[in-house]
Amino acid sequence: MTTETNAKIEFTPERQVLAKEIIARYPEGKQKSALLPLLHLAQEQWGWTSPEVMDYVAGLLGIEPIEVYEVATFYTMFHLDPVGKHVIEYCRTGPCCLMGGEDVYAHLKQKLGIEAGQTTSDGKFTLKEVECLAACGMGPVFQIREQYYMHLTNQRVDEIIEELSK
Amino acid sequence: MGKKILLEHIDVPGIDTYDVYRKQGGYTAVEKALKTMTPDSVVEEVKKAGVRGRGGAGFPMGMKWSFLAKPEGVPRYLVCNADESEPGTFKDHYLMKHIPHLLIEGMIVSSFALGANKSFIYVRGELMYVIRILEKAIAEAKAAGFLGKNIMGSGYDLELVVQPGGGAYICGEETALLESLEGKRGNPRNKPPFPAVKGLYQSPTVVNNVESISTTPWIINNGGDAYAAIGIGRSTGTKLISASGHINKPGVYEIELGVSVEDFIYADEWCGGIRPGHKLKAVVAGGSSVPILPANLILNLANGDKRLMSYESLSDGGFATGTMLGSGGFIVMDETACVVRNTWNFSRFYHHESCGQCSPCREGTGWMEKVLHRIEHGHGSLHDIDLLVDVAKKIEGNTICPLGDAAAWPVGSAIRHFRDEFEWHINHPVEATQPGAVYRGEMALV
Ligand SMILES: Cc1cc2nc3c(=O)[nH]c(=O)nc-3n(C[C@H](O)[C@H](O)[C@H](O)COP(=O)(O)O)c2cc1C
Ligand code: SF4
Ligand code: FES
Repeated sequence: MTTETNAKIEFTPERQVLAKEIIARYPEGKQKSALLPLLHLAQEQWGWTSPEVMDYVAGLLGIEPIEVYEVATFYTMFHLDPVGKHVIEYCRTGPCCLMGGEDVYAHLKQKLGIEAGQTTSDGKFTLKEVECLAACGMGPVFQIREQYYMHLTNQRVDEIIEELSK
Repeated sequence: MGKKILLEHIDVPGIDTYDVYRKQGGYTAVEKALKTMTPDSVVEEVKKAGVRGRGGAGFPMGMKWSFLAKPEGVPRYLVCNADESEPGTFKDHYLMKHIPHLLIEGMIVSSFALGANKSFIYVRGELMYVIRILEKAIAEAKAAGFLGKNIMGSGYDLELVVQPGGGAYICGEETALLESLEGKRGNPRNKPPFPAVKGLYQSPTVVNNVESISTTPWIINNGGDAYAAIGIGRSTGTKLISASGHINKPGVYEIELGVSVEDFIYADEWCGGIRPGHKLKAVVAGGSSVPILPANLILNLANGDKRLMSYESLSDGGFATGTMLGSGGFIVMDETACVVRNTWNFSRFYHHESCGQCSPCREGTGWMEKVLHRIEHGHGSLHDIDLLVDVAKKIEGNTICPLGDAAAWPVGSAIRHFRDEFEWHINHPVEATQPGAVYRGEMALV
């Protein structure tokens, strides 16, 4: 797992600079607008948005922790539980399914031995089902962090998993 | 070859960089607008162009701009909608990734026209890599003097901010988007007040789609009349179509509005026909929200004339025999596609994405998903078909935002045009639940 629950919750120095820049983008008094960008930044550092991380973000923005929780729980991109090293988010929506997505994802699940929402026992992979990723002409598609993997086939899935398992 | 406005330079190597974009005539619209035009005259050209919103609703952009309230001493905002989450739609992704400067140039011209000094591009969070591309393009444009304070000595200041979403289709709805941009949950607002009066931070705001804003550099360079001369009737200009499904060449195509649907599907210039050995069964022409049409009705109007790729022609016949251009997400199905399964899949999407504020949408989308799941998995009854029609009708028109309608239309249209297929699932549950089983009864394939 990519969490360091005992470490002090604080952005790295580079991210602290970036966080300041982000907060300064919005008009005076509208700093709450920085919430989604900061949650993304936090997830980039810690892999998921734990309650402690959300409290930290609330502190940076001078808002109540509940304001962060209610937002983080609304949006599907934020992981509210610890996740594996690689989170595979595969598109389950119609156009990707027309391109054989359902078979490819069945293969992916079988290969990893887990269902959507689960993490492999070695902590390497978490599977997450998501809706359309705006790449429907290149389906089936999944995303790992910022990277899109398109035109997936069983063979391509095997290659990607093997590459990432190294 | 159709007229290309947005994708004219797409194949030029390095077009994603400032230098190459500039060499191809990039940013001349900013120079022209800021040095030789007033904000009102920019609005006038966009009005003349007749360009309609490309995000799905098709509302004339110039008219929307002219509704913007302009109270003294209150900032005005332009917000670009790059949330692109409507299943079947991937054109904004493509445009921003390959020609980021076109959107940046459009944002500058459009912000100038509206008198906005801080404008936002709200990009779905999954596209973080595209956000980085846009941020790089903004830095380049700023270094070249097209953004920042006193742009080209004109006295006009502009900052552009790229904002990531967090994964929520509903944030494509403009008022939900504004809520999200304010750091809140993406719950659509009641209207009125409209964003033109009270939008972002309670200030007058215009929200436009990526593709809409990207038309403005060409319109400024060539004039609104020249734009209006392209296309057909009130469907002026060109449109990006995201083509997916069972065609030979899925991808993003720029078409002059008015080409025939038949040419779009079969000509080599575009989709290149249905994949070998298969036949056309159905098309969802404008993103998952619009009514599905069977092969004969997507190719031809009820009176037998050829259907065209235009706002008017696609909606000809109303929902009885027509559909909508929507966002231009063109999903093609051959005879191997199961309409029941696809409809269930879409209803699961809408249920998942409903923000839950209004009970007809929250409960109705859940019901539709459940009933469709039951039919698809061999446990349906004939009564379920009427139940679906009934639930869809109860949602339509009874919700705060149009997501409710968007959830109801695919279900209503699938039953309208493919009722036999639903009945087959119900009457032959064993056969219908075999892996890959698809109804092959009476049906006009093309
Ligand atoms: C549920 C829902 C989702 C929407 N998603 C998008 C979207 O992803 N992108 C977009 O431009 N418009 C979307 N719209 C339409 C916007 O509300 C709005 O009409 C549009 O951004 C206005 O820009 P335009 O006039 O340039 O099309 C959506 C509407 C609804 C109801
Ligand atoms: S129609 Fe659905 S998505 Fe729109 S506001 Fe109501 S509950 Fe939310
Ligand atoms: S349906 Fe999978 S990316 Fe759109």
